[in-house]
Amino acid sequence: MYIIVVGGGRVGYYLSKALLEEGHEVLVIEKSQAYCDIINEELGSICVRGDGCETSLLAEVGTARANMLIAVTGDDGDNLVSCQVAKHKFNVPRTIARIRNPRNEILFKKLGIDITISSTNVILEQITDVVPTHPVTHLHEIRDKGLEIVEVKIPQGAASVGKAIKDINFPAGTILTLIIRKAQKPVVPSPTTVIMAEDQIVAVIDPLMEGDVRKALRGMS
Amino acid sequence: MKIVIMGCGRVGATLAGLLDAEGHNITVLDLDSYSFRRLPAGFKGKALVGNGIDEDALRKAGIEQADAFFAITQGDNRNILASQIAKHTFNVKRVICRIYDPLRQELYESLGLESISPTVIFADILKKKLEG
Repeated sequence: MYIIVVGGGRVGYYLSKALLEEGHEVLVIEKSQAYCDIINEELGSICVRGDGCETSLLAEVGTARANMLIAVTGDDGDNLVSCQVAKHKFNVPRTIARIRNPRNEILFKKLGIDITISSTNVILEQITDVVPTHPVTHLHEIRDKGLEIVEVKIPQGAASVGKAIKDINFPAGTILTLIIRKAQKPVVPSPTTVIMAEDQIVAVIDPLMEGDVRKALRGMS
Repeated sequence: MKIVIMGCGRVGATLAGLLDAEGHNITVLDLDSYSFRRLPAGFKGKALVGNGIDEDALRKAGIEQADAFFAITQGDNRNILASQIAKHTFNVKRVICRIYDPLRQELYESLGLESISPTVIFADILKKKLEG
């Protein structure tokens, strides 16, 4: 496969190395001469110095025959534009963008980027199970619908404790799907179910509203 | 009209001043508060420090109620990203984006993003000057 990697920093370097080892044809585009030199010395002459968003450079390196373009610079805007130029100008079948701001995930999807990888989200997913103090655990993301499934633990003294679900002010689109209680079977909540301290609540939410959901369930009275 | 301008350079500050003088409700966003010195005396709008490619900053700037959004920072890709957030996430009716690179500008115009490349326009003006 012919794969173009935009960004020759640490992520780009090790990614390219791994792709080469798997037998792919790899070309790296990197702005900094110093990073270019490192790659060309250590991985072979596969790095071109330049701007991976420039149509002329992408044309020069044969982007039209590329099977994939992976943009892994540290800048979300640069990665987005690289992928969009590759997709719309050169019909690259698969574009992958690294993103810094997890919020950009939905937008990038909407704009036709095939795969987005957010290191922030990957790390968050790993730690939220382990770090019990984290108030909202991200369980699963339904990307094309812009929804997220989360687990919220209700602390002692939260304003929601003792209230029926129908009396709590949730942002639109929030669906509480399950309540897990100590020493009890999990229950499917109804509007009249009363929230108790220590409840673990599994909910489907709009990720943009996570802060409001957290406030509604965990806000202190 | 409620208008959000991202980038308070010479163009951004001048545009903000012009629109403000016409009675529009203006919010200017810039990463550097020092750039707000360029806003004209008597500017009645809001000047906010914030990153226009961050949804929270845009929300603070009132993007949800905005009728128009201008992206005029120095970075083409930053402008492109912010414009697409304004257009596709916040459904702002009118989004106008500055893209210096003419080829990139052409591509995004064809993708439906209203954009202007000052490079082409200015080069053309200079050429016309010479030709008298």
